[in-house]
Amino acid sequence: MADPILEVEGIEKRFGGVLALDNVSLSVHPGEVVALAGDNGAGKSTLIKIISGVHSATAGTIRFKGEKVRFENSQRVRDAGIETIYQDLALADNLDVGANVFLGREPLMKRFGVLPAIDRAHMRREADKVLANLNIDIAAHKMSNPVRMLSGGQRQAVAIARAIYWNASLLIMDEPTAALGVPEQRKVVELIKSLKESNVAIIFISHNLADIFAVSDRIAVLRRGELAGERLISETNADEVVKLMVGG
Amino acid sequence: MSTELMLTEDERKQRLKRNLAATWSWFFLVALLITFEIWARTKYDGASFLLNPYNVRSIALFAAIPLLLGAGQTFVIISGGIDLSVGFVLGLAAVFMALVMVWVTPTTGPLIGIILGCIAALAVTLIPGLINGALISRLNVPPFIGTLGMFGVARGVAFLFAGGSTVPVNNDFLFFIGNGSVFGIPVPIIITVVVVGVLHYILSQTRFGQYTYAIGGNRNAASRAGIPVKNHTLKLYLISALCAGIAAIIYTARFSAGAPQAGEPLLLDSIAAVVIGGASLFGGSGTIIGTVIGALIIAVIQYGLVFVDVEPFWQFVAVGAVIIVSVLVDQTQSKITGDEHSDG
Repeated sequence: MADPILEVEGIEKRFGGVLALDNVSLSVHPGEVVALAGDNGAGKSTLIKIISGVHSATAGTIRFKGEKVRFENSQRVRDAGIETIYQDLALADNLDVGANVFLGREPLMKRFGVLPAIDRAHMRREADKVLANLNIDIAAHKMSNPVRMLSGGQRQAVAIARAIYWNASLLIMDEPTAALGVPEQRKVVELIKSLKESNVAIIFISHNLADIFAVSDRIAVLRRGELAGERLISETNADEVVKLMVGG
Repeated sequence: MSTELMLTEDERKQRLKRNLAATWSWFFLVALLITFEIWARTKYDGASFLLNPYNVRSIALFAAIPLLLGAGQTFVIISGGIDLSVGFVLGLAAVFMALVMVWVTPTTGPLIGIILGCIAALAVTLIPGLINGALISRLNVPPFIGTLGMFGVARGVAFLFAGGSTVPVNNDFLFFIGNGSVFGIPVPIIITVVVVGVLHYILSQTRFGQYTYAIGGNRNAASRAGIPVKNHTLKLYLISALCAGIAAIIYTARFSAGAPQAGEPLLLDSIAAVVIGGASLFGGSGTIIGTVIGALIIAVIQYGLVFVDVEPFWQFVAVGAVIIVSVLVDQTQSKITGDEHSDG
């Protein structure tokens, strides 16, 4: 197997007196889907927020593409090629679909030949394209509305569209199917499979064991901030995973 | 338009309501003008309110200074903050400008004197602007408290430097800025239009403007998308303070004096202009054009009531009532658009 694209080693995170993560190590290879499982409060979201630059670790190292990195902010992480779909979606609810897909990376054009201006038409067109690729249908007249006027599933689709638009080499998905209906959940599962074929590495967090078993190669289970175990999906089953999650 | 045909009856109604909510301030301005026109004609035997160029000019001059403060305030309010210090930052800048001009003009002459005076007015606003910005963006002081503190500090410092009274200045160039005209258009109006035009472009067309909306819409999302939220927030308070500096130059020029209390009544007007213009005090929405309309509405009320000879204190009542109505309109609008104003 190729070298891992991401290696997380001995990560520790304290919030005041609370030890949220204790000596957690994890690696992901290109084209591999690693599921991150664990009960509520096990530290899944904290771990991915450290990888995506929202939090900084108290101790431990992160290597990305073989090089030791210090991700001080989300901009650096995104520039390195890591995109994240957050559980809370992280959408600017007052902006439209295009503006959210391009949030922080707005394309510019020249107005009157000299003045820099955001190219809203381009943002709109590209957002249309990426949503079409996802088979997500948002009515044309809703594309220019603030995303708070969209349904939960559509908003989730916008968050997914934003993450996949930038051709990341590592994609982190925190509960990407939580707000979706069953048909849309299937689409996300198909999406993950096709991303995997194009050699994208994926960290996938879900409460849904069926989804995890459908798409993942490997599963890492966190329990109370520690790595409780790591298994190849082909060599484990739901019972064993649940046991790892709850202990005993 | 095929998309128009796809709308259901409900969606069409909703869209109509939204458009009405978004443009009510335009209608309100027109209604106000018509009211004063009728009022003036009945009271003064057919004398027109609006067709009198002197009135139009006066309303525009009335609106200029609150509009400059409101334009800076628009950026801050869209980002979810508020700047309560603008009025006294204006006073502080006016005092410094006058002091510098009085001090240097005898040696440098009036032209260099006014240039240094303007630089002083703008430079001194950077101090409260930076402190406001640093308190709010770095030390997480709530904007309401941080800028309320600066309100007091700027007020005290301005009065201290002015020795408790106003600082008179005599300078022909200064008089021209405040009272001169180019092609019949008063200079203060020209300055205001240019500044507000630039700010409108920045807010509506540039990344800087887009980041301002994104921060007001969802601070965490903006930060996770890689927007430098802290630095950006700091710059917004600098813009607001600089606008107060520009307003201070016009104020000092119009009255040939630097007055520490110059901006005292203007804080309310500046916030009112932004809110009447459709910005939400919860952040995330608002436009410079809206603020222009808001400032014009306030100026028409204030000037119009004077023109039809109503006791001047009614101005405060009328402007206050309009602020409350516009916040109510904002609430209804958010009900229509499904925004619960949950600050999260």
